[in-house]
This record gives sequence, structure tokens and C-alpha cells, in this order.
Amino acid sequence: MKKFAWILIFVLAFSLVLGACGELTETNEESGAPEAATEAAPEAATEAPAAPMEPFRVAVVMPSAINDLAFSQSMYDALLRVQEDMGGADAFEIVYSENMFVVDDAAAAIRDYASQGFDLVIAHGSQYGSSLQEIAPDFPDTSFAWGTTVDTFGQPNIFAYEAASQEGGYVNGVVAASLTTSDIMGVVGPIETGDAKLYVDGFKAGVLATNPDITVNVNYIGSFSDVALASEAATTHISAGADVLTGTAQMVVGAIGKAEEANVLWFGTQSNQTSLAPSIVVASQVYHWEVMLHEMIDLINSGTLGGQSFTANLANGGEVVEFNPDYALPADVQALADETIKGITDGTITITLP
Amino acid sequence: MITELLSTTVLIGILASGIRLATPYLYAAIGETFGQKSGVLNLGVEGQMLLGCFAAFYVALTTGNLWLGLLAAMIVGAAMGLAMAFVTVNLRAQQGISGIGFYLFGLGMSDLLFQRLMGTVETVKGFQRIYIPGLSDIPGIGEIFFNQNILVYGAYLLVPLAWFVLNKTTLGLKIRAVGENPDAADSLGVSVARVRYFTIILGGTLSGIAGASLSIALLNVFQQNMTSGLGFIAVALVYFGAWKPVGVLGGALLFSMVNSLQLWIQVLGIPVPSDIAVMMPYVLTILVLVATVSRVRAPSALTKPFERDD
Repeated sequence: MKKFAWILIFVLAFSLVLGACGELTETNEESGAPEAATEAAPEAATEAPAAPMEPFRVAVVMPSAINDLAFSQSMYDALLRVQEDMGGADAFEIVYSENMFVVDDAAAAIRDYASQGFDLVIAHGSQYGSSLQEIAPDFPDTSFAWGTTVDTFGQPNIFAYEAASQEGGYVNGVVAASLTTSDIMGVVGPIETGDAKLYVDGFKAGVLATNPDITVNVNYIGSFSDVALASEAATTHISAGADVLTGTAQMVVGAIGKAEEANVLWFGTQSNQTSLAPSIVVASQVYHWEVMLHEMIDLINSGTLGGQSFTANLANGGEVVEFNPDYALPADVQALADETIKGITDGTITITLP
Repeated sequence: MITELLSTTVLIGILASGIRLATPYLYAAIGETFGQKSGVLNLGVEGQMLLGCFAAFYVALTTGNLWLGLLAAMIVGAAMGLAMAFVTVNLRAQQGISGIGFYLFGLGMSDLLFQRLMGTVETVKGFQRIYIPGLSDIPGIGEIFFNQNILVYGAYLLVPLAWFVLNKTTLGLKIRAVGENPDAADSLGVSVARVRYFTIILGGTLSGIAGASLSIALLNVFQQNMTSGLGFIAVALVYFGAWKPVGVLGGALLFSMVNSLQLWIQVLGIPVPSDIAVMMPYVLTILVLVATVSRVRAPSALTKPFERDD
């Protein structure tokens, strides 16, 4: 009887694994090239001379879900855009592992992908760096990319990428400062580090450059996943008089809901968050990693597997401030926003971070 | 700046937030109290909550009926409870390990269903705040206590109800007897298995409601792993509250109030590093626990499977 209990527990735990596998299968369906078919490709090529050329194969490991409306989704959406640019799934194959918040699991996945001969393996999370530093030298013919960082560890097969998120943050801040009437704003952040901190500091700089009398209240809730606390942080900002909110990372969906309820404005970052609350989202800074990815792919195709770092910014199109078409932004504010974007792009506006 | 903390707006804000934040803890921890009182430790609360979150959200989203959503969360929670009861009562499995199995199942299953059925984060219009004529208008008090949604009120009504059932009814007596001395209870004709089935299914149902309170009343979204450890804190609150509904209420309120206090500390710009601020509720909870731990004793049969000596 006891033995049976153990078996049942294993079955339960297994269902989780099955869940993960289910997602992998889905990926393969999406890319239109099941693994079996890819492996069989060389044979097919000898039989049919007109066979299409081998696809460029990319694997990506992400800390949260591909539909988190934030960090992970920004990379997944970018890969889909690259796929479209390159002519579909036959030319560009995407495989992903999501929700890899356990770094050990992520490291295993990265190693697996590398040994399966992918052309580019992306470790989408700065927490994967030390694992990658160990894995990359074992696969000198595979190219790796990791972000957000500028550190390639001096490895010839690692690309590094990061986002100058303070730039879009600054633009959001300028627009927000022009729309507030209470002169109080609230920011819901995860942990005071990385691109979250850059974005928040950029936002503050933009607000204060436009109107130094505005108060920007910042709240880091200490978690990337605690939706309930993010929501309560938003409520706290609203009680403190804020009429504009912004925030970064995947747990802000809780905050956006509260903003919508209280009808205060929201500025997004990482992915386009308009779909969550079309009436109050003014603009989102969106990462367009495809700009970096295209450069990496060109380099890989010409034989350079790494050793360079890339920064997504407004000037190179790696960052785009996407306005919500359904939000009636006054023409003068839109003009100010465009001017600010232009200023940052041509270098006439420099953002001073604390 | 410290004086700003004592302004009326801030105090009302802290108390109102704290009361809302405590809601899911109350449902889940009261449910867990019933289970533990009868001798079963359920570590699967988090998984039950996650499935409850999803069931409530998905049903509310597709049918547009919040009550159906709540019902769905209760059914899913109860079903998880039933499975847990089978594993721990009939199969006499080690409770801690099987609880973690159920947690992982709930985590994975809610994620899988979310991916398959929804695919992207969406919002619903959840239970709205209820305006109570007279009470809601009382300055301060009205804003704190009488401007909340129905599931918040439900959580606080559950506390005296649970106290009454556990201490003043025959059923409560049976539950306590089974948790303290199952052999004696059995010899007096109380079915240990039936009592434990009841408490575990009740616990699952309440965990389901705890999930629903997040996804269709307080947050009105569903995201993978959105409970982020809340269910485990609920289990800790049962110990904290010394297996008494009122103690659980005290623990949940303390934890939540300090959490909302730290949110305000940051918003007001009081110079405390954010890392220290977010630690506050946990540190305080541990301190209180250490200070009070010697005064209580867990139910004697907690985590012990019952086997009749024939």
C-alpha cells in the first residue's frame, strides 16, 4: 500500500514534467520543424537536390513565460519577428524553455541545446551568466548570447546584449510629467538592480527634467512574481495621490489592474502592455531585440561566434516607444515626446543617472 | 518624515491595505487549521490555491459570472483535497512529501491550463467593493473596514465561524479528538478516516476560495505562479496562530499590516533601503514566533497516519 502511495506521488510530480514537455512540443509545432524532421534533413537533402537550405536554429532559455507581457515576451516576440524577416519557420527555427527560474535547470537546458547543435543559444537572464561561462568553452562551435549585460567573459563564442532602458524611461517620464495634474507619480519596481533600476532612474530623470516640482514615489517590492504585493503597492501610490503610475517586470500586471480601476495613467516597459488596460496605458517602451539578433546572426554566418556586446537603444531601433493608439494624447505632448526621442537619438539630450 | 507615517491618510491606507492583503492568508490558513487540528499537514495549499486562482479566473472570464468562478474554484480545491485525503488517509503516505507533490502538481497544471486555454495575461472585472449605507460613510473606519469586496468580508466572518465549529460543536470535538488521540477517538466510534476526509476537503475548498480571492476579487488577473509562496506563508501562519482561528487572524493581520507599512515607508521616501523594507514582515514574524513558541503544543497526531491496531 505504501509503495503505491510513492508511485502516486511520482505520477503527480511527473505531471509537472509532462506539462513542460507539452510546451516544448508546442514550440516545435510553431516552428513547423519537429525535431525528428530536422534530424532527418541531411538524408532528405541527398535524395532531393532541390531541398531548401538548412534552417538557422535558435534556442532560448527564459526565466519567466513567453507571454509575461514583460522581459521574456520581449525576447520571444523579437525572435518571431526575426523568423518573419528571414522567411518563416523553414529558414529560422525557434525552440524555447520558459519559466527557467531555477538557474540549475536553465544551465542543464543551455547545455542540452548546445549539444544538439543549435546555431545560437540565448541565455535570456543575467542570472545565467556564471553557468554560461562554464558551458561555452565546451562548445567552441556554438554561439551563445546572454543578457542583459555587457560582459562576454572574453569568450570568442559569447555575445552580450543589454538595453539602455533609461532612454525609454526618460521619454515615458517626459510624457508623464506633461499629463499629471496631481504632480505625484508612483513607480512599482521589482528589485533595485539591472534594467529595472535603469528604467526607474531614467523615468525619474525625464519627469524631473520636465517639471522639477513633481514628486516621484518609488517602491521596490522585492519580487519579480508577487502580483498581490505589486497590486497593493499600486493602491498605496494611488492613496498617496499619484495620478500616473509605471513599473517594470512581470508582476506589474497586478499594478496595471489597480491603475485601471482607479482610472490613473500607466506607462509600460519591456513589452507593449496596452492590451491589458487599453483605456489607461499611454505608452510602452518595447525592446526590439531583433535588431541585435540580426547583427548576431550575420556575424555567425560570416564566422564570428561572439566576443561582442550590443546595446538596444532608441537610436538603433532596439528600443521603441510604442504609443497606445486608443489613448488620445494631446498633440503638443506627442510633439514633445517625438522631440525627446529625437534628442536622445541624436545626442542633444543626455540622461544623467544618479 | 516619520511624522508623515502618522498622518490620517497614511494610517487609513496602511490598515485598509493590510486588511485586503490578509484575505487570501485567512482563507488558506483557516482551512489548513482544520486539517492540522485533525492531524493532517497539507503542504499542497499553494498548489490548491493556484488551481483555484485559475479555475475562478477562467470560468469568470468565459461565462462572465463571478459566482460561477468562485464555485469552480471551490470545486477544484475540493477535488484536490479529496485526492490529498486519499493519499494521506487511505494510502498513509508521508504527509510532507505528498503535500509538496500536490503543490508541484497545482503549479504545473495551472500553468499548463493557462498556456493552453488562454495563452496571454488578461483581466476580468472582479467582485467590486460593496458600499454599505451608513457604515461605509464613517470617517476612517468606513474606509478601512467597510469599503472592501465580498470575499474580504467573507474571510473575516470565517474566523468566528471556524472558532465556533472547532470549539462549540460535536464535529469540532471529533476533529480535535482525531488530531490529539486517534486511537481513543476510534475506540469511541469516531471514524478517523471520515473526519480527516472532511477536514482535508474543507481545507482544499477554502484554499480554492483563497485563490479566487486573488484572481477575481483583489487582483483580477491570472499569471503563472501568481501566489508566489503565499500558500506556504499560510501554513506557517497556522503554527504562528497556535492552531487557533483567532491566532491565525492575528498572525495574518500582523504580517499584512507590516507589509503594507513597508510599502508606505518606501512611497513616503523614508530612507530605508528597499531590501531592508521588504524583509520587515518576515523578520517580525520570525521574532514573534521565537518569542511565543514555547507556549503552545501542536496536535499530538499531526503528520502521523492512523492505523488501527486490530
